[in-house]
Amino acid sequence: MVTPPTDERLARHIAERVPDPELPMLTLADLGVLREVSLTADGTVVATLTPTYSGCPAMSEMRAEVAARLKAAGYERVEVRTVLDPPWTTDWITDAGRRSLAEHGIAPPGPAPRSSTGPVPLVLSAARPAVPCPRCGSADTEETSRFGATSCKALWRCGACREPFEYVKEI
Amino acid sequence: MSDDHVYLSLAEGHESGDERWAFGTGFEDPLYGVDTAVPDGVDTAELAASCLALGDDALVSTQRLAEWTTRAPELEEEVALANIGLDLLGQARLLYARCGQVDGTGRGEDAYAYFRDAEDFRPVRLAELPNGDFAFCVARLLVLSSWRLAHFHHLTASPDPVLAAIAAKGVKELTYHRQYAAEWVVRLGDGTEESHRRMRAALEQVGPYLDELFTAYDAQEEVAAVLRQVTQAAGLPFPAGQSLPGAGRDGDHTEHLALLLAELQSVARAHPEATW
Repeated sequence: MVTPPTDERLARHIAERVPDPELPMLTLADLGVLREVSLTADGTVVATLTPTYSGCPAMSEMRAEVAARLKAAGYERVEVRTVLDPPWTTDWITDAGRRSLAEHGIAPPGPAPRSSTGPVPLVLSAARPAVPCPRCGSADTEETSRFGATSCKALWRCGACREPFEYVKEI
Repeated sequence: MSDDHVYLSLAEGHESGDERWAFGTGFEDPLYGVDTAVPDGVDTAELAASCLALGDDALVSTQRLAEWTTRAPELEEEVALANIGLDLLGQARLLYARCGQVDGTGRGEDAYAYFRDAEDFRPVRLAELPNGDFAFCVARLLVLSSWRLAHFHHLTASPDPVLAAIAAKGVKELTYHRQYAAEWVVRLGDGTEESHRRMRAALEQVGPYLDELFTAYDAQEEVAAVLRQVTQAAGLPFPAGQSLPGAGRDGDHTEHLALLLAELQSVARAHPEATW
């Protein structure tokens, strides 16, 4: 009989390296959705995930992938939990994750807005703060759509290199 | 429940990495792995009714937003409305799942969405109205997202930690739904003669449904502040109008709800045992 591994750090390392299904250049750790990995006294690995958006269709896939990789590494008992609170924010995307996004042509998010109360910020397209182009670095960019192929991204266009690009919007 | 997943068996033998795109399989419990204990002192009947009503508002709104797919004025707006619908669908799923845990029936989300009839739904009637034109779409979205945002702010302090967490997540989403709608109301109100006329007509159509919202959750002050700010910027009159008697929360519905549900539920009812 093979003894299951009892190394918590190894379990965390394995879970951290699972790629995000929609932004595969990021790991779950880069994205900030892997909240905790621990090993209980009876040898169960407990991994805790948090969803990015309420309607995120990738949650079950992340869960399955974390469980599958841990089991493949020999951990027999794996439990993946979900925490909804505190809600995920783009501020949890790590510096390494931000660099990786930019390297793949996706502009990383700025700081998340602090409050949702008070008047609606009625800035029509011109007054929005410019997002630098991830390809050429130009600040001559404009938003073409606040909504894109996935919940977390907006569509932008660069006026200097003329390339369209995606932008992970702050939340 | 098990961590085993139909997706894994589908993905077996495919080492290309493409299996990560096999979405839509085995996503049966949106509250999977969440601590679902109900704290002492929480009125579970009241909690279940709240979750159900807010879930119904979100589901019915999602269906209306989804109807814009292939019909929106521009591709960008179609993507926007579908994304907003996806957020609301996510909220509905979480709320239905919570309802099933606390109403004593143990039902799953599908039982609420697909196997209840119109008389058992409790959405506000504004959500039920047919889509009309794009101006009506953004007028309704502005009102409903502002109202729901105020309600969710309040619910972040709910004694039920699951509902509080669903609300905290929803607040972020509703904030940008409201902003999207507000910007369009301004753009259309302050646009051409035709867009102004249509935007004005849309707000007039929404007006009679406002009181029903404030009876369900009194956010009159917050919603009025948003509407004042946005209509002033748009050069439009504040939406008013004789309020309609009755309330969706009491089971009074427009004739449109049953038709909407007939379409939404048709596949699930034709194949009740199907999994996809």
